[in-house]
Amino acid sequence: MDTESTYSGYSYYSSHSKKSHRQGSLLFFRERTRERHKSPRNKDGRGSEKSVTIQPPTGEPLLGNDSTRTEEVQDDNWGETTTAITGTSEHSISQEDIARISKDMEDSVGLDCKRYLGLTVASFLGLLVFLTPIAFILLPPILWRDELEPCGTICEGLFISMAFKLLILLIGTWALFFRKRRADMPRVFVFRALLLVLIFLFVVSYWLFYGVRILDSRDRNYQGIVQYAVSLVDALLFIHYLAIVLLELRQLQPMFTLQVVRSTDGESRFYSLGHLSIQRAALVVLENYYKDFTIYNPNLLTASKFRAAKHMAGLKVYNVDGPSNNATGQSRAMIAAAARRRDSSHNELYYEEAEHERRVKKRKARLVVAVEEAFIHIQRLQAEEQQKAPGEVMDPREAAQAIFPSMARALQKYLRITRQQNYHSMESILQHLAFCITNGMTPKAFLERYLSAGPTLQYDKDRWLSTQWRLVSDEAVTNGLRDGIVFVLKCLDFSLVVNVKKIPFIILSEEFIDPKSHKFVLRLQSETSV
Amino acid sequence: MSYIPGQPVTAVVVIEIHKLRQGENLILGFSIGGGIDQDPSQNPFSEDKTDKGIYVTRVSEGGPAEIAGLQIGDKIMQVNGWDMTMVTHDQARKRLTKRSEEVVRLLVTRQSLQKAVQQSMLS
Repeated sequence: MDTESTYSGYSYYSSHSKKSHRQGSLLFFRERTRERHKSPRNKDGRGSEKSVTIQPPTGEPLLGNDSTRTEEVQDDNWGETTTAITGTSEHSISQEDIARISKDMEDSVGLDCKRYLGLTVASFLGLLVFLTPIAFILLPPILWRDELEPCGTICEGLFISMAFKLLILLIGTWALFFRKRRADMPRVFVFRALLLVLIFLFVVSYWLFYGVRILDSRDRNYQGIVQYAVSLVDALLFIHYLAIVLLELRQLQPMFTLQVVRSTDGESRFYSLGHLSIQRAALVVLENYYKDFTIYNPNLLTASKFRAAKHMAGLKVYNVDGPSNNATGQSRAMIAAAARRRDSSHNELYYEEAEHERRVKKRKARLVVAVEEAFIHIQRLQAEEQQKAPGEVMDPREAAQAIFPSMARALQKYLRITRQQNYHSMESILQHLAFCITNGMTPKAFLERYLSAGPTLQYDKDRWLSTQWRLVSDEAVTNGLRDGIVFVLKCLDFSLVVNVKKIPFIILSEEFIDPKSHKFVLRLQSETSV
Repeated sequence: MSYIPGQPVTAVVVIEIHKLRQGENLILGFSIGGGIDQDPSQNPFSEDKTDKGIYVTRVSEGGPAEIAGLQIGDKIMQVNGWDMTMVTHDQARKRLTKRSEEVVRLLVTRQSLQKAVQQSMLS
């Protein structure tokens, strides 16, 4: 490739295939703001001259507009370029970013109180519950030691058993309840609240009994008191068992299948869940969304909107019969006329798509060849050879930087034609390349990430575009799942429509086939001459 | 043939074949196909594809069968009084090639005959 030897960066420019004659220009990477209409693009570098053009990153205004950059030289081909929808530049903030930042700030302040309230209530209750049996056995000796009957080995045995049961309870509660919160739910988690109320009532009733029957009357039978405390601990262990069953085990058996459809491109997945409330089911869906659905790419959706707009744009309704306010009649007439109109937009679409596919395949072929050639040059140095290495020894990052320029242009062109250029910055590409080199991956393995869109988790966090979701549902979100429920998870750019279907009741019956009964005959039609 | 099991067949032909001696063997000059151990659906001559009877699949030129008037596609019902509608292929071959018999009398049905009889009955 002619221009690659002097590359030190990675450029974004919009007219592509005609610039193969560029020589020796220093190019660098810049992303632009979202624009949905053709605008005169300003280009970097110049054509066909052996000159070096350095473009310092200019501080762009808020809602950065490209057309205000006047110090750039216009390219020969700027009129032929197509506008691509781009992300935000590193130096400007778009409207969307502002909205997002402000939303983040206000949400994080408001909900903290709610979060911590639940946590403090639960931990206070837990502490109370844990200290209660200890208090039960410690209070009598403190208050009326002299009158207490001495209690020998039996009590000591009970003390030991109570200590171990408390330890088990402590470990179990820690394992079950003290886990990092995964999400903020809109409503209180019903089962947990019920369990807390149950524990509270339970402990209060025990204290009541203790206070009235033992403290007031100064019961002498210490063994009875210790046994009472041990029975409290046993009951707490059983409540813990109940908590495990209600909170963890009940939803393990799959009862429903959820169909999740993304509203913008119809991509859908199915998940199996057990008995969960709607908000918990939504949480499961969202956690799986980030790993299963391909990343949302708004650039891929614009074409269909343009077509739809063009289709209806050409029709006008004129009222010939005088003023009549027949709005529905007019709209129906328009729809009918639009349907009958013989336009060739389907033809355009077909040829456009065929052409686009051809171009994508061509660029992909160039990219694959470029990457394979680049990878050939890298060789892993064995440990013994490291001392007597002939050339310079590089670590993975340097090796990546060394071979990157030879494939940069092909990769950039491919990303642009598949409209993924916003999701891969030069830094991320270099990192991935270093990663692949370190782990000895083939060029195909390196390319796989760019050839097909991956799930959202694969990309940088700032590309995820939203972690704030709203749950829209007809029913209360703490209701359990039922067959036929539909709820919607909305984020800023798109929504996920979830349809709940029940797994059918399966009737499975048995049939025994004796292995000896597998017998076969040959059916022929033979002909014999007589 | 439009042969309904249990109902009498309306048109049968009696064919008497005199076996020809060829060296060691006595030949009749035709080939048979079918039998209860064979696959009836592959029979090209039968009208009812579940018919497992013995059919004449080939008649050699100038052989004793052709001289006696046997035609291709005939279904053989009896050979010398022995029933041929429910026999295996091998049993049929044996009944036809008994060395002790020089002459065999075949009872044969033919589709064309059957149709002709039916037409004459209707008209």
